Amino acid sequence: MELTALTAHKLLKLLSENEVSPEEVASAYLKRIEAVDKKLNSFAHIDPDEVLKKAKKIKGGKLKGLPIAVKDNFCVKGQLTTCSSKILKGFRPPYNATVIDKLEQEGALILGNLNMDEFAFGSSCETSCYGPTRNPWNIDYAPGGSSGGSAASVAARLTPWSLGSDTGGSIRQPASLCGVVGLKPTYGRVSRYGLIAFASSLDQIGPLTQNVEDAALLMNIISGYDKKDSTSVNTAVPDYLKSFTGDIKGIKIGIPKEYFISGIDPDVKDTVTKAIDILKKLGASVDEISLPHTEYAVATYYIVAPGEASSNLARFDGMHYGHRTNNLKKGTDNALIDMYSKTRGEGFGDEAKRRILLGTYVLSSGYYDAYYLKALKVRTKIAEDFSKAFKNFDCIVTPTSPTGAFKIGEKTSDPLSMYLSDIFTISANLAGIPAMSVPCGFTSGNLPVGLQILGKPFDEEMLFKVTHAYQQITDWHTRVPAGCK
Amino acid sequence: MQYETVIGLEVHVQLDINTKAFCGCSIEFGKPANTQVCPICLGLPGVLPVLNEKFLQYAMRAALALNCTVANFLKFDRKHYYYPDLPKNYQISQYDKPLAANGHLQIKIETGQKKIRILRVHMEEDAGKLIHTKDASLVDLNRTGTPLIEIVSQPDISSAAEAYTYLTRLKSILEYLEISDCDMEKGSLRCDANISLRPQGHTTLGTKAEVKNMNSFKGVRDALNYEIIRQEKTLREGGTIIQETRLWNEEKQKTFSMRSKEEAHDYRYIPDPDLVPFVIEKEAIEKARRELPELPQAKKERLIKDYSLSDYDAGILSADKQLAIYFEDAAQNYKQPKIICNWLMSDIMSYLNTNNIPIKKLKEVLPIDKLVAMLKLIDNNTISGKIAKQVLPEMLKTGKDTSVIIKEKNLSQITDAGVIESVINEVINENEKVVEEVKSGKDKALMFLVGQVMKKTRGKANPRMVNSLIKKKLEV
Repeated sequence: MELTALTAHKLLKLLSENEVSPEEVASAYLKRIEAVDKKLNSFAHIDPDEVLKKAKKIKGGKLKGLPIAVKDNFCVKGQLTTCSSKILKGFRPPYNATVIDKLEQEGALILGNLNMDEFAFGSSCETSCYGPTRNPWNIDYAPGGSSGGSAASVAARLTPWSLGSDTGGSIRQPASLCGVVGLKPTYGRVSRYGLIAFASSLDQIGPLTQNVEDAALLMNIISGYDKKDSTSVNTAVPDYLKSFTGDIKGIKIGIPKEYFISGIDPDVKDTVTKAIDILKKLGASVDEISLPHTEYAVATYYIVAPGEASSNLARFDGMHYGHRTNNLKKGTDNALIDMYSKTRGEGFGDEAKRRILLGTYVLSSGYYDAYYLKALKVRTKIAEDFSKAFKNFDCIVTPTSPTGAFKIGEKTSDPLSMYLSDIFTISANLAGIPAMSVPCGFTSGNLPVGLQILGKPFDEEMLFKVTHAYQQITDWHTRVPAGCK
Repeated sequence: MQYETVIGLEVHVQLDINTKAFCGCSIEFGKPANTQVCPICLGLPGVLPVLNEKFLQYAMRAALALNCTVANFLKFDRKHYYYPDLPKNYQISQYDKPLAANGHLQIKIETGQKKIRILRVHMEEDAGKLIHTKDASLVDLNRTGTPLIEIVSQPDISSAAEAYTYLTRLKSILEYLEISDCDMEKGSLRCDANISLRPQGHTTLGTKAEVKNMNSFKGVRDALNYEIIRQEKTLREGGTIIQETRLWNEEKQKTFSMRSKEEAHDYRYIPDPDLVPFVIEKEAIEKARRELPELPQAKKERLIKDYSLSDYDAGILSADKQLAIYFEDAAQNYKQPKIICNWLMSDIMSYLNTNNIPIKKLKEVLPIDKLVAMLKLIDNNTISGKIAKQVLPEMLKTGKDTSVIIKEKNLSQITDAGVIESVINEVINENEKVVEEVKSGKDKALMFLVGQVMKKTRGKANPRMVNSLIKKKLEV
């Protein structure tokens, strides 16, 4: 039996019944990572000896030693956490993110940190200081991003599941492009404490898994109010595993016309349309709706997100931790400014610099009202579109991304086309609502396509219910990339 | 042409809360560098701030005591600037929606009372400290995240003296609220001043300079007086005032230009997305208002009413909460408040001032029962008031009871008529001329004789007995 071929649920069953030990499971994954990840580059940091040492000691909890890997922006005490940026080179947090604490309390084994776009700035996992992660379905292609490592590692079965973060689609888009399940929960559902912030009002942690059952299990563990995060919401967390009623008869699904635009890849359109037909067959009622402010989402996002990012990233200055320049000139007039600018100039990559500049610009005196404040107003309008729609509909279904995976290097010289890759995912972050991507087929180039489903705030159960019903009669989520079998 | 001075003050007050504004770190003055820190106040990647509820309560108390209107919701903003003592490179502060606004403070000036309007009171976190050595600059982040309020006055202050009075009054109120020790030398109260001049009677404001780096109220007064002269001289010579920040140099007693407006920061304020704005319930504001302690003005009025003190006496006693409490406690045990007041305001205060003892230590150096015991010994003629003036410093210094000091120093009053008479006889013999004058009715001469007797008894003779015995002897 190949342990690494199993879902989290199946592995957990074996661990619970003492059929396998945490150490055996860990060894199997480490072996597979060793063999496969040379090609994929999905891990940013992994310390096999340390993992095995921990695996020996681990016991109990709901997860019984089941491994998990996390994006490189989750603080794990004593382990390298660098946001795949040179500026955080060598940074080992002295504390755990809340989700890491929760996972470890339940007996999860943290395998390591997964590669990502630098500071989550990107949609292809190409801006990492560790080089790009490759798509397991075709290594010439990007896995999507920014949680590219989180998606690729699950698709290639280098970890049974993983955690990512989603600011504008960074869980769902790579999940779609790699053919795995990815959920961005409602803003406030999962504590952000210990997630290195990109855009604080948009960031949300979520699971990337092989199927929706695994996603629900992981959500059961990581969700809930955290007094260390004032933006986490103090409402009861349901048992998401109980969402699976199998029955979606009468559930009202809205299909926003603005999401089936001309730029959309015909393969994606066909695949998603077929998936919607299946939901109809399952008894859901499907109607076209309008989300009129959709066209402003990308523009709004690229003001709000860089604005917050320029603020959040101000702390990376070489003063207290991380990279500090070695090129200080003695006797410079302003040695402090010299140190700041050289450190940041050397430490940040191009995309990070682009967003910091953009963000600094929109927050500058004289521009704030025209850009940032205006964007916040449009953001409210976008949120209103959804709340209006949810008066009559239980959920909304769209494609996750307008295309399948694109080639590595294809969009790196054209930031705008890269930004448009998140055109369908950004609105959920601006509105704070939960959204999930599930595999729903393949393009003619045999690259995965994702179906996105969006729900009311704190109604992740609806997303689970619908996608679970879908996965009961489809097998897209069971497909494994050939090169990784 | 006459110029008039326009001053507005920005006062930062560290609140006396045991823990920091947005994390659980303790705040203790004088601890080894970087020992009062945690990932949150260090601004490490991934951390989030959580508001300390006491911070809001204390800040609200200050705002209400300054007659401000408290906002209906609480919102924090990020103020960005790069400096090594600010680990996030932004400060959590309040920008367009301060905790409170539109207050005022009454100060006493020569011509009566003056109302200084308070523009706003807002909450923010403090930065750390840089320590500059010969070849390095070191960072101490113990102070980082300490809760501060900033109290910004309107430009209603017209002189350095008024600024001094305003600060004294403000400090007095904050001390009554027990929310800060307001110690400028320790940095728990800091004051920046905006000052400009304009031709008398004009309504538009002149170009202002912002003066920083004063570390005492006196420093503020001196710096402002310096600036008034500097600006007036510049204007009279036909020059223009540059809008700039100037640093007060205490040693040189001058201000020096630090940076001009062109180099001024663009703070790029944004609402802090990590701290969700929340509604301040009306009931919470009303509760805070109800729980405000008696403030200096009310205390003063009550002292006048309850103890029949003069406006002046009550003003001085009420200006310091500890002094007022001491007075009232003593008055509970000794029913002549005016006498307590006199002792406090003369001998006791002068002893404290000379020996640099803060008023809050008064109860320790002079427990109320000891003071009352001394006053009673005066009343029963065991000692004279004059002797008491000798006893008091000894009592403050050694902590011994009056009775012990009297015994040790042999200071008991002489009330034995025989003993006094024999001294009187000596004095009469030695001052024949004066005696004649007394007999001819000169009061001054009589006082001289009394004085001589007192001198010979080293002040111990009961002055009233001396007086009457001399009169009797000389039959006047």
